[in-house]
Amino acid sequence: MKMHRFEEIWLIFGVAVLVISMAITGYQAFAQGMGPPSHKETIDPTQVENTAPFDNPGVYQTGENEYEVVMTLQAFSFEPSEITVPKGAEVTFIMTSKDVIHGVNAPHTNLNTMVVPGQVQRITQTFNESEEFLLICNEYCGTGHQMMSATITVEE
Amino acid sequence: MANTMQSHMKKNTLPLVHFFLAFIMLLIGGTLGLLQGLNRGGVFELPASFNYYEVLTLHGILLILAFTTLFTNGYMYAAVRHTLGELSKTVKILAWSSLASFLIGSVLVVWMVLAGEATVMYTFYPPMQASPWFYIGLVFVVLCIWLAGLGIFISAFQWKRRNRGQHLPILAFFAVGIYTLVIFGSIGVTVEVLMLIPWAFGWTETINVMLSRTLFWSFGHTLVNVWYLVAISVWYTILPKIIGGRIFSDTLARLVVILIVILNVPGGFHHQIVDPAFSEGLKFMHVFMSLSIAFPSLMTAFAMFAVLERTGRKRGGRGLLGWLWVLPWGDVRFLTIMIAMISFIIGGAGGIAQTNNQLNQVVHNSLWVVGHFHITVGVTVVMTFFGLVYWLIPHLSGRVMTPFIHHLGMFQTAVWTIGMALMALSMHAAGLFGAPRRTSYTTYGDSATALGWEPYLSFLATGGTLLFFGVILIVYIVAHLMFFAPKGDTPFMDSRVEDNAHPTPKWTENWGLWVIVAILIISMGYVVPLVDLIENAPPGSPPHRTW
Repeated sequence: MKMHRFEEIWLIFGVAVLVISMAITGYQAFAQGMGPPSHKETIDPTQVENTAPFDNPGVYQTGENEYEVVMTLQAFSFEPSEITVPKGAEVTFIMTSKDVIHGVNAPHTNLNTMVVPGQVQRITQTFNESEEFLLICNEYCGTGHQMMSATITVEE
Repeated sequence: MANTMQSHMKKNTLPLVHFFLAFIMLLIGGTLGLLQGLNRGGVFELPASFNYYEVLTLHGILLILAFTTLFTNGYMYAAVRHTLGELSKTVKILAWSSLASFLIGSVLVVWMVLAGEATVMYTFYPPMQASPWFYIGLVFVVLCIWLAGLGIFISAFQWKRRNRGQHLPILAFFAVGIYTLVIFGSIGVTVEVLMLIPWAFGWTETINVMLSRTLFWSFGHTLVNVWYLVAISVWYTILPKIIGGRIFSDTLARLVVILIVILNVPGGFHHQIVDPAFSEGLKFMHVFMSLSIAFPSLMTAFAMFAVLERTGRKRGGRGLLGWLWVLPWGDVRFLTIMIAMISFIIGGAGGIAQTNNQLNQVVHNSLWVVGHFHITVGVTVVMTFFGLVYWLIPHLSGRVMTPFIHHLGMFQTAVWTIGMALMALSMHAAGLFGAPRRTSYTTYGDSATALGWEPYLSFLATGGTLLFFGVILIVYIVAHLMFFAPKGDTPFMDSRVEDNAHPTPKWTENWGLWVIVAILIISMGYVVPLVDLIENAPPGSPPHRTW
């Protein structure tokens, strides 16, 4: 198939844009550890309350300014629903759902992931500004979906 | 005259009935869209008996599934009949059975949603469990698409047998590509629904949630790309005729169809970039699979500008951009398609951005995504469909468009463009600030973050209101062209290839090969994750009804 010269130039340019975007995405994911939350760990969705660590949801300090939030999601609430951490804290959320699929997003941060029954998901976020962040469910989960929220207070 | 009129209507009943039903779907779906936009903008609350989520479920199903399917079947059957000749008896039976299957399916689905038995969105993720009749309705909708596809394949096959050694006419080639893609795309969702039905009847106790979700998305994104492929069939084969030009390259158009068909299905995985249960490596491979879909669109962009420039210069356009101004901007059949194509530059760029993993994480499940598909489907696809209405419906009904309807069409185009621009751009912005999709009006207890979304949401409501007027206008235009416009002959607007074009190579017709390549690429994308999800499945989920 014979191609127009301008078409060749245009397609080379277009493919270069795609390749560069992919290279940047790969570099960020594998060299800088910015990849999307991709934890692989299963759990019996009917036994969440009896399975460690979800039998004791809460905020746990694990190192110097490092925290773990063990969190369960259910229609239409997060447990725990009020989280307080100091400024600069690196917080790892360990989450699962007791019922349907939920989503978790803290607006103004990159904390954004799906939480699926039967799966444990982990996502880490460092909070560098002292303010009150909102944590919301961003996957439709039922009639009360718009009420499903929690707060993360970052203290000075 | 009355007799030719009746014979016209009778001869073209099949596509006309499809278009008639399609625009009824648009009218209802659009009205529901208005209710949602106004709720989301904080203007009013919907009653508990017909709440936001029921309205949203219906809006999605009626517009992204029903309107598009009916319109496509109507347009494709009209196109195949025009290019390949009268449909055979078998094909007619298949086409009418397809429509019957659609009606049975959609009555079941809509009935269940209205009865409050299926407030599950058009994605119906388990373990939310709708009534089994909702899923059975979906089976009939899929069957409708398969029967329609079978009719198109048989027509193409019969034509090839009558015209040995010749290339299938380009519009029919598009039709074959479109139905091949939609059938490939719907295999995953069919398997999913067949697992959901026994579970919804209570014959099986639990369901594999991640497996269902992954099978769904092998369909979900392919479907919108099918509508996009329908739209570009208009750009390649009809647009040149409207502006007085020729098809730029027959081979290029066919190659684009083939690439879209073979590359598309694994693209749906990018809806699961922030899901658990998949490794980062797998997700990275799927960045490649998603971005590869952009390649044929880059070829399309070149071909479209080539046609526009050549035709513009033929019409006397001079200089670097002179060819652009002499295009028929005052012709609604051109203006609609041109706006559709321009909006795809914006929508396509947004799509490329959000399919890159880390950028996806910023906007996943936010209103940004809703803005994205209102630009791509709501403008690129729908505006192209509207562009067809002005000549295809009078062609079928044996009428001609009046100057008044043309003026009204220009006005409708303006209303739709401004409405979508307002709504989609404010959705993009609110999404970047974290406003979630599929969520009725809420301030999360007057949180400062949520209150910051309010100005954008009022723009969204304003855009939605304009779009509702756009729906009323286009429905009036369609009704007029179908039943009331003056009688006469409107030609079918298919284009010819440039005189000096290279002959189209034979390999383009090798559909057996393309089907095999498509299966290979689909396997590359899905075998590893699907086997993993089945082998390493957690205990299944029991049903939940949270509405």
